[in-house]
Formats: sequence, C-alpha cells, structure tokens
Amino acid sequence: MRASSLMLLASAVLAACGGGTPPEEPAPEPAPAPAPAPAPAPVDDSAERERLEQERLAREAAERARALAAELGTMINFEFDRAEIRPADQGTLDRKAAMLSANSAVQLRISGHADDRGSDEYNLALGNRRAAAAKRYLENKGVDASRIEVVSYGEERPLNPGADESAYAQNRRDEFEITAGGDNLVAPQ
Amino acid sequence: MRRRLFAALLIPLAAVPLAAQDTTRREGVRVGVEYSGVRPGLVVLPGSGLDSVRAVVRRDLDYTDRFEMVGGDFTTPGPGTTTEPGGSVSYGIYKTMGAQLGVELAAAPGGVTARLHDINLQKVRNQQTFTLPPEGDPGYRLELHRTADEIARWASGTPGFAATRLLFVSNGRIYRIDSDGVAATPVTAEGVTSLSPVWSPDGQSIAYTRLEAGRGGVIVQSLATGATTVAPGAQSALNITPGFAPNGRLLAFAHSDETGTDIFTSNVADRCCAQRLTVGRYADNLSPTFSPDGRRIAFVSTRSGPPQIYVMAVDGTDQELLAPFDYGATGASNAPEWSPDGAKVVFHRDVSRSPQIFLVDVAGRRVSQLTSSGRNEDPTWAPDGRHIAFISDRSGRRQIWIIDTETGRVRQLQTPGAARLPSWSRRLGRAAVATNP
Repeated sequence: MRASSLMLLASAVLAACGGGTPPEEPAPEPAPAPAPAPAPAPVDDSAERERLEQERLAREAAERARALAAELGTMINFEFDRAEIRPADQGTLDRKAAMLSANSAVQLRISGHADDRGSDEYNLALGNRRAAAAKRYLENKGVDASRIEVVSYGEERPLNPGADESAYAQNRRDEFEITAGGDNLVAPQ
Repeated sequence: MRRRLFAALLIPLAAVPLAAQDTTRREGVRVGVEYSGVRPGLVVLPGSGLDSVRAVVRRDLDYTDRFEMVGGDFTTPGPGTTTEPGGSVSYGIYKTMGAQLGVELAAAPGGVTARLHDINLQKVRNQQTFTLPPEGDPGYRLELHRTADEIARWASGTPGFAATRLLFVSNGRIYRIDSDGVAATPVTAEGVTSLSPVWSPDGQSIAYTRLEAGRGGVIVQSLATGATTVAPGAQSALNITPGFAPNGRLLAFAHSDETGTDIFTSNVADRCCAQRLTVGRYADNLSPTFSPDGRRIAFVSTRSGPPQIYVMAVDGTDQELLAPFDYGATGASNAPEWSPDGAKVVFHRDVSRSPQIFLVDVAGRRVSQLTSSGRNEDPTWAPDGRHIAFISDRSGRRQIWIIDTETGRVRQLQTPGAARLPSWSRRLGRAAVATNP
C-alpha cells in the first residue's frame, strides 16, 4: 500500500516536471516542483494591463485620500482645565483649514474631551469649550461655520483608561470626524 | 451583658467629642467637624417577634445621629423584656444603662404599634399604631422607614430621613436606592449614557441629561410610568446639570453650544417659557441649584478663570460671588447644592487637584472644609439639612458615603457598582412610596 502510493507520487512529480531524472529516493516532503513557465498568451493583453493600471491608480488615490482623511482627523490636545489652542497644534489646525478649503464638500464634527480628574459635569462644559475653540480657529482661517458641528463628551469617552499624567494628557483632546463629503479628498495646493 | 452595661454607662457621663472626620488645619479654613453636643441615650426595647422591624427601626434611628444608641442588637429578650403590648417596662435597668428614651415596638393588626418611653419619668410619651403593607410589598420598606422617621420626630423634635431614596449613576445608567443602601433599582435604560440625575421636590419624577453622540437633552421622567419629555429649551445641542425649583414647575439647566455654556430656566409643568439667565461669552455657567425659597440660584461660573461658586436672583439679576476664593491659589469649585434650610451651600473644591467637600454659609460667606483624604465629590443634602451624601474613593473605588456634618460620623452606602453623581430625595410621600416602576 505504502510502496504503491510512493510510486504514484513519484510518477506525478515526473509528469509535472515533464521528464528529467527522478529523485534518488523519495524525500519525506518532496520539494515543490518549479512551476512550468506560462506559455506566452497568444491574445493581446493591453486591456488587462489598462485595467491593472487603473486599479493601481485608484489604489494610490484611495491611499492619498486615506492619508488626507487621517490628517483631517488628527487630534489636538490641551493643557489641564484649559481650552486654548496650544501653539504646537496651530500647524495641525492650519493644515486642516487648507484641506477644508480644497475640499468644499467636507463637513466636520469636532468633539471635545476631558481627562477624568475634573468634575464630571464641568468636564462636559470644558469639552464643549475645547471643541468650540478649534472651530473658532478654523473659522478665523476662512472655513465656513456651517460646515463644522461642535459636540462634547466630557470625560465619558477616555482614549486611554490609565490614571497617570500621560493618559490624562491623551484624554484632553479634540477629535475631528468627517461627517460628509469625505470621498475623493484632494490635497490643498 | 455586664460588659455592655458598663460601656453604656460611660457615655452619658462625659460628652466626649466624636472623632472628627479630618483634623488637618489649613490657613483660613476650618477643616473637619468638631462636636461637643450631648445626645440622649436611646434603647430599642427587646420583645418577642418583629425582629426585622426592630432592626430596621433601630438602624434608622442610629443613622439620624441624634441619639446615643444604647444596647446592642436587642432582638432577643433580655432583662426588662416587655412581652405584652403596653406591658410593664423595667425602667430602672435601662436608666442604669444610660438610656433616657426607650422605643417599644409591638405587633398590631395590619401593622405595628410604637411607643416612646421616657425612662426618667417612667411613662409613655408618644404612642401610635402604624399601618404597614404586607412584608414583601413594594411599599413595605419605605412605610417602615416612615414609622422610624416619626419615632425620631417624637424623640428629637426632628423627623428622621430614612423614608428617602438616592439617585446615582453607575456605568452610564441611573439607579435609585433606599437611604439605607437596600433595593438598588435601575430607572433608565442600559446602553444610553445618562448623567446628573435630580429629584423633583415631590419625589415622583426625576430630571437628567441623556448624552447621545456628544449632544443631549434634559429629560424629565415620571418614576411611576417611565414616561419621558424633553425640558422646553433643552432640546438642541448639549443640555446638562438640571435642578428643580422648590415648586417643581420651574427647571433650571445649562445649555452648551459653540457660544459657551449658559444657564436657562423653563416651565416643565406648562411646557413653556425658556428664559436665559447668564451670558457667558466663552465663559461657562452651569450646575444651577435653587434656594429653598425659590428666589435665588447658586451656580458654577468660569467668569474669573477656574470654575467657582456664584449666586444670582432667579431672574438672572444680581450675579455675585458666593464662595470666596484666592485668585490663582484656590482650586476649581463645582457641584453646588443648596441646603434644605437655606443656610448653606455644599460644593466640592479641588485641593492639590483632589476634590474635597466644602460648605459656604450663605449669610456670612464663610467657607469650611469637611473632608481631606482621597477624592470626595458631588455632594447632596439629606432632607434633615445635616447629613450629606457624596462620592468618595476612600474604599478603593468610587462609592456613596454619608457624613453627619455635626458629629463627623461617616458611613458608606453600599451600591452594586461604582457610583457617581448622587442626588438625595426629599422625604418621600405616600404617592412616591407606592411607586415601583
């Protein structure tokens, strides 16, 4: 039984190789035989190449749009119990303003968040102030107010559940969510 | 028996100040509670049967902090046992133990007969038969608490506050719980973030914020039917921190949008008349709490920087600082609640970035600190105007604790999970007691 299976395997390998020397002895796990080189297609493949090229371009465009969307979604952070935009985050907001100008269909929702050290209820007002501060900054850069919605979660949705300074710093933030017009984003000039 | 008797004897001889909750001294602030009053010794007389009734009444009287409870768990007959209703009481032995007052509880048809004995005068001071629903009935426990509250009124002149409930938030859901930590029951749906619950003055409905996608209305919900409405003027954007006026018709709340957070009132009875009381211009105004006469509102404002406690007339005029603070030194102050007697406002204030419970007396504007260890926040008054429930992490996780502001005694109210944002009801009437959604 066993010998006959080996024989069958050997002949299968031989057939696949299209001849040549058989293995000296059957290996426990025969190395995969090299695939036969595909015969050149007799038909014209330009349509297929065109299709693949289109796919590649679409993939790259989607990649760029994803990167742009990600940049539009970059969070900004705040000092403890403060709602002022930090100088370090101004560049982030400037880029968002430019992208919003280049993509006039985009609608944005800004949600403000707080760390959980302050009062639970006050943090809802603080988150609201943080979101409103970012909206005001973008408005001053020429973005139409009607394109931006402001909401607050207070301390109800921490990004990092930890109870140390780095967790608190991550949780004091504005999140930016595209709510409409997020397809086919183009880069600002 | 002998040891217990000896220990009990010591209490009335020296009016030992009870251990204060905190002893820290802070410049310009009176920290903690000191008590030098003398409380009458009270014994719940033993008897046959009614063990659970006796235990609940004894605990309720103990929790008023108006009596030195004499004797331990007197559910088993001992010396001086009264076996017959109105039977003779061995006053002598209780007097020796330091009791001035004795509470006798005896079974009566459909309820319980309570008698308050004056041990020194050796006579019954008060007597009444209280109707109780059958044990296991939804109204049974609160009705028994009402009995204890009335006995406390006989004995001290001030009714107890056992027939009350607290609301709190656990994992985004609002629960109610009896004042003795029993019968925690959810009153809002699971999976919806509900915050800042408060009682209507009649105890029959509650108001709270329902947070959905960073926005939220102030909801008024009937406890009997579960029916909800959105408070007028609190439909759009984010609306937080509701507070009922004493008449139960007017509701104050804070409305947040991109212009800031400001306080409004509207009439939830006639469903009209939203009125704006503050104009923050990027400063926040929130957490309104009515004075018991309904004429003033204390609230939180960031108008001078970090949040602090202010006060205004109910029409928004005469806005001024209520709780003094040192600019640049005093921490954020939040979550005010006006006391039932109108004399004080309780709030929490950050000390080294940890919230602590503070009081400000409304007439003199003096600030005093009640707690100092761990996080202690979101205080709410008991209807006796003397006890305050608040959230503390002193046991490791956030739970409800109750402090007696006169003796400094602290006890924990056990809740099933971590608790936030408690609100204490007024004394609940029968209509509210019968409520069991």
